[in-house]
Amino acid sequence: MRRYSVFAIAREALRYHTGWERAWKSPAPKAAYDAIIVGAGGHGLATAYYLGKNYGITNVAILEKGWLGGGNTGRNTTIIRSNYLQDSSAAIYEKSRSLYETLSQDLNYNVMFSPRGVMMLAQTHHEVRGYMRTAHANALQGVQTEFITPQRVKELCPILNIEGPRYPVLGALWQARGGTGRHDAVAWGYARACSDMGMDIIQQCEVTGVRSEGGKVVGVETTKGYIGTKKLGIVVAGHSGQVAEMAGFRLPVEAVALQALVSEPIKPCMDIVVMANTVHGYMSQSDKGEMVIGGGTDGFNNYTQRGSFHHIEETLRALIETFPIISRLKMLRQWGGIVDMTGDRSPIISKTPLGNCFINCGWGTGGFKAIPGSGWAMAELMAKGEPGPLAAEFDMWRFKEGRFIDESVAAGVAH
Amino acid sequence: MLLLECPYCGVKAEETELSPGYEAHLKRYGPGSTDEEFEAYMFARKNPKGVHFERWRHTYGCGKWFLAARCTATLEVFGTYPAQVGEPPAEIIEKIKARRPDWKGYK
Ligand SMILES: Cc1cc2nc3c(=O)[nH]c(=O)nc-3n(C[C@H](O)[C@H](O)[C@H](O)COP(=O)(O)OP(=O)(O)OC[C@H]3O[C@@H](n4cnc5c(N)ncnc54)[C@H](O)[C@@H]3O)c2cc1C
Ligand SMILES: [Zn+2]
Repeated sequence: MRRYSVFAIAREALRYHTGWERAWKSPAPKAAYDAIIVGAGGHGLATAYYLGKNYGITNVAILEKGWLGGGNTGRNTTIIRSNYLQDSSAAIYEKSRSLYETLSQDLNYNVMFSPRGVMMLAQTHHEVRGYMRTAHANALQGVQTEFITPQRVKELCPILNIEGPRYPVLGALWQARGGTGRHDAVAWGYARACSDMGMDIIQQCEVTGVRSEGGKVVGVETTKGYIGTKKLGIVVAGHSGQVAEMAGFRLPVEAVALQALVSEPIKPCMDIVVMANTVHGYMSQSDKGEMVIGGGTDGFNNYTQRGSFHHIEETLRALIETFPIISRLKMLRQWGGIVDMTGDRSPIISKTPLGNCFINCGWGTGGFKAIPGSGWAMAELMAKGEPGPLAAEFDMWRFKEGRFIDESVAAGVAH
Repeated sequence: MLLLECPYCGVKAEETELSPGYEAHLKRYGPGSTDEEFEAYMFARKNPKGVHFERWRHTYGCGKWFLAARCTATLEVFGTYPAQVGEPPAEIIEKIKARRPDWKGYK
């Protein structure tokens, strides 16, 4: 792989950009691999990458039914933060956030991580208490956050209306090193690095069955034929229930649609991410100038990758109340993704009833921020067959045993 | 947009008039059940891509709970029916089979 650098740009500029090579190869599947990952979203690709980088396992295929990064990884609003409440969540989300800090250098691919700061508004006394508690918990966990005053909120984001008639801003939880990244670039960067290590990324290859013998997976049926494997990692977000069913077990996960939308581009007007959980909306501004907006999930099981229209209305109503200046902005595009929700709003990184089959899912509305950390932990689980400290608490049996990792508050507005 | 006909008052209700209540025909488990039974009831809900049976409440109408048969992959509605039944009525099953010949049936 030829590295991207300022010299490469200069060299190519002098020869009319004829020398750029493809970022990743598109090989035909081999008969068998040491490990197969189902799903080339951010989490699947990151899992493969750290399998290679941290454990030297490179005879790996990543199978994707559509195009890589075309699932939720390419549909999210890119908020990155680690201000969760429980210790096990803070550990994996902070690991992830800190990996994002150097991911562009690590992958030699600009993922445009922008630690511009994430602000979660407190607009009820209940929220004030909740976020103060989170700030204290974060201090103990070594995650840098602080509870700030309404005046500071206004300084950091002048377009915010802190004196709204319904829910005046009473303070906010502020994570200065949270921010955003370029979602596609995260998938593309990992894909390029995986391909460079000799892994096979096979797109348009849907897994349609899981073959097992004596309690172990031996391979998968796909639309490109049968492929054998020694280990299987299922990392398919909204379709986890389907693939788990192929493997013969049921997950405590339900699929619902989550939507986002962007406005027409306008001049720079906010340089942080603001989330307003009580009125239920959040907003940031992309480098192109579009306001990037997200809101609620549908309340029913749905696989259609488009949500109900009334949610858009509710989200915009909430945000116009919070940011009056956007009231005449036109919205350009709207889309949906199928998110995999667990009962405690925390992910599953787990062994399964099949000995050599592992699952990573349940990131729901908030797994973009977790891609590097999740891949790191999932690679450890797949390489060693046992979870390391980051994944240990996130097993799929915690629901049966009552060990919930309750993040329904920190997960807040769907993001 | 989802439109469901309330089997009690006959109103064709748009989804903002309704509240979703997730999986229908659940067998409830409480104290005295095994961990497996309780987990299956409480957390491991059915999550099919296709035919699904759900509870809905006509919140901003007559206020009653009813059940609906719906396809989660296309949002097609096969029918709605009153909630006082242990499993889907035969005519709903027939309607679904007519529309989805490969459907494996209610289990
Ligand atoms: C509108 C929206 C906004 C969001 N905003 C944020 C945010 O601001 N911050 C944040 O942290 N998170 C956010 N999220 C959540 C985040 O997008 C997801 O948690 C994350 O992208 C999940 O990544 P993944 O790799 O697990 O899944 P995906 O990117 O969905 O990848 C799974 C892949 O598996 C493939 N697949 C499925 N079935 C099969 C099969 N049978 N065979 C082969 N391949 C298969 C799919 O095609 C897909 O490409 C948002 C999500 C949505 C929908
Ligand atoms: Zn009614």
